[in-house]
Amino acid sequence: MTKPEELAQALLRKAKGRGSTEGDVLVVEGDSFSVRVRLGEIDKLEHAREHQLGLRLFFGKRSAVTATSDLSLASLDRLLEDTCALAQSTAQDQASGLPAPDQYVDNVPDLNLWDQRSEDLSVDEKIQLAKNVEAAALDYDPRITNSEGGNFDHYTTRVLYTNSHGFLGQYKASGFSISAVPVATTNGTMQRDYWYSYRRKFDQLDSAEKVGQVAAMRALRRLGAKKVKTQARPVVFEPLMAARLLSHLAMALSGYAIYKGTSFQVGKLGKQIASPQVTIFDDGTLLAGLGSRPFDGEGIATLKTPVIEQGILKSYLLDTYSARKLAMVSTGNAARGVSDSPTVSPNNFYLAAGPWSPEQIVKTVKSGLYVTELIGFGVNMATGDFSQGAAGLWIERGELTFPVEEITIAGNLNQMLCDIEMVGNDLEMRGKISAPTLKISRMMIAGS
Amino acid sequence: MRQQLVKSESFFLDRFGVTPHHVEHTIGRVLGGAVDYADLYFEYRILESVSLEERMVKHASKNVTQGVGVRAIAREKTGYAFSHDITLEDLELAAGTARYIADHSGREVSVGIDGFKRPDRDLYPLRTPVTEIPVSEKIALLNQIDIIGRQHDPRIKHVLANLTSEYKVVLIATSGGMVIGDIQPLTRLSVTCIAEERGNRQTGTFGGGGRVEFSYFFDRDQYRYYTIEAARRAILNLSAVNAPAGMMTVVLGPGWPGILLHEAIGHGLEGDFNRKGVSAFTGRIGQKVASELCTIVDDGTLPFRRGSLNIDDEGTPTSRTVLIEKGILRGYLQDRLNSRLMKMPLTGNGRRESFAYPPMPRMTNTFMMAGESTPEEIIRSVKSGLYAVAFGGGQVDITSGKFVFSASEAYLIEEGRLTNPVKGATLIGNGPDILTRVSMVGSDLKLDEGIGTCGKEGQTVPVGVGLPTLRIDGITVGGTQ
Repeated sequence: MTKPEELAQALLRKAKGRGSTEGDVLVVEGDSFSVRVRLGEIDKLEHAREHQLGLRLFFGKRSAVTATSDLSLASLDRLLEDTCALAQSTAQDQASGLPAPDQYVDNVPDLNLWDQRSEDLSVDEKIQLAKNVEAAALDYDPRITNSEGGNFDHYTTRVLYTNSHGFLGQYKASGFSISAVPVATTNGTMQRDYWYSYRRKFDQLDSAEKVGQVAAMRALRRLGAKKVKTQARPVVFEPLMAARLLSHLAMALSGYAIYKGTSFQVGKLGKQIASPQVTIFDDGTLLAGLGSRPFDGEGIATLKTPVIEQGILKSYLLDTYSARKLAMVSTGNAARGVSDSPTVSPNNFYLAAGPWSPEQIVKTVKSGLYVTELIGFGVNMATGDFSQGAAGLWIERGELTFPVEEITIAGNLNQMLCDIEMVGNDLEMRGKISAPTLKISRMMIAGS
Repeated sequence: MRQQLVKSESFFLDRFGVTPHHVEHTIGRVLGGAVDYADLYFEYRILESVSLEERMVKHASKNVTQGVGVRAIAREKTGYAFSHDITLEDLELAAGTARYIADHSGREVSVGIDGFKRPDRDLYPLRTPVTEIPVSEKIALLNQIDIIGRQHDPRIKHVLANLTSEYKVVLIATSGGMVIGDIQPLTRLSVTCIAEERGNRQTGTFGGGGRVEFSYFFDRDQYRYYTIEAARRAILNLSAVNAPAGMMTVVLGPGWPGILLHEAIGHGLEGDFNRKGVSAFTGRIGQKVASELCTIVDDGTLPFRRGSLNIDDEGTPTSRTVLIEKGILRGYLQDRLNSRLMKMPLTGNGRRESFAYPPMPRMTNTFMMAGESTPEEIIRSVKSGLYAVAFGGGQVDITSGKFVFSASEAYLIEEGRLTNPVKGATLIGNGPDILTRVSMVGSDLKLDEGIGTCGKEGQTVPVGVGLPTLRIDGITVGGTQ
């Protein structure tokens, strides 16, 4: 097969011959493996090899994107035809176009995103890890009676991006994850929970034993959950749930939501939008970070951007297009799927650790909720109105007491951000978006 | 493209040189030893999307994907591999991976194919799939929507619209000797309006579609209806008050609020969760799980619907499955693997997002049969409660049975009359008992407009829901007041 960069560059040359003024090509190739073990036996084993090519062409200020998984020359010729036809039928959009030629990353940095183990692990080793993580959960307590499985997954992605300004960059990244989903039973009722570890480096994964045990502990502590009465109380979010809150904020800070007017953060730049305890960064440069990339979806270097400093909104998350619409500069947050125009996504988006241990935070709550699960959508991005299903543990006199479920928590994200009263010291980068334990001084809890 | 519309079986032969011999050979490579079932799923898909914002169609995209998935089953075990390249060499490689679950011996078994089959019926016979319509006509439609939205009310400041259409050709070959193909068109038009008034900004969304032709959106001016509904919702939300919090009587409007059934009941009745004993409904067939006013079905055979299919993604014809009959739990939704292990009938619910995934039991169109009450008398019967007519998404924890769905258009009911519109709120309940609290079922069964997408284990599939007006005596409403 012809090398991807040669295919891509040949395609851009042909496009130029057809009158295209600018263009880019993204080629993504991937290998992935996944095994699920249930009750000690393989339940599902999957292996995949993928490759896709995306072509974006501009004819002046008009553009279109096409993609295919068929990299034969005949298919790419058809793709070129389709792209030219589509692009010439869309509207003139003054803000469209590639970044200026001087904006691309000079030397693509090595952010240590790939691990050789991705190619070296044997299938038997992977199956054994999935068996171990499930066994650790099943063996933890006799009330763990069933399981939706133990899983081991990993992938390698190779990304190549090139454009008509002469930029050509490529990198590869890997990811490994191990997880367990045990089911706990008591008095005929069941509860399920899960735990996982996800890293770019195999050796940085938590042990199968630890992941399985935490998953079992999480399922067990939900047994006997009940509803509480409707009341307004302080709510403490464990780190995973605090990260869920942060993901809504990240979406609201996307330049696209801002210029379209679909975000509750429109017009808030430079203003106090959160408690002074809140400082948030978006950092695409963390070594081996799960949200790190040596360049973004447009070939621009990723950065460490202070997004909120002591509660003051310092920056939106921007790519070239949304930056032009807002008369700002890209923050290196362009996300590009092969079949779509760029949009914005966070890199490593995290709320900086505060001074309090999670125990100290819980101690300050006389009566309130410790949230360990949120379900549903229930967030209105335009207004910040928030209402989601929740489960967790009830806090009485500073202690975690009984489990609760079938309740909702509601508020408005504008107010919730200002009501962040304490920030935990337990920040751990468990995904692209991470946060420590957070305490919000008051939310409406709906129950019986 | 035109001739390819005719036969899915010759499509893969003509395009990729896949012959019956290749199919027999590959399945033979997968079978043997512990592997007791194998299948191949060939797919070719065109996905086209056109979208409008800021009064212009800025984005147009087209994605062509193709590939083949190879599956091996050895009792409960599934081995799966796929390739983007449809060549004999890639099929061999995938076959080798899929059978890893069995043992390492590569003894080839001979398999005979009976010849190509077509589905017995066509639920979506289209003269012209939407992907064949010139893009200029689609752009003209979106521009028209923009004008209608803005003209509806001066407070509508932005209109966003998107038309997505898909054309999918599939061919399924099984170790039982069946080879069957289908052509599955799908399209969806959605409109979002943004209203602004004195710094208050609200959105309203509406849309519809199905396995339909482009002309569907012009019959009875559907596109105009979608736009005006989206605009009306955005304007309505400008005056919405905070939603109440706590347990109360809730009346659900007809149509899309059927997402209640999808979350509260449907997922918990999928065969895989019940075989594994992890569903709150496990072992409850024959038991009373709902008021006797409730009869709920899953029906993949409704013509032109978004959730319908001639055959599921394992080649089984779809069907109408009674899940709950007059309050009694009757059946589960099955794919091949789970029906075999549970020794229960196939229901035609084995579905997958694409060739990149093995199938699972999934819903098609899930709805409750009409009852006897008029919608007016249901609302009149409530002293104090909530009337919810539009919803965003929902989710369920199938093990604890707790489910949520989020209202996006709702009103207070006071003394049997609708009063203030209220802001969105999430409703939470317990699947196995929520329907025991149904005290009235309307005569006005309606199916949704055709926009639903369901996610499970990372795979999304198009689905439909439906509901008559329904009174539930007690569900927790997650407002702030």
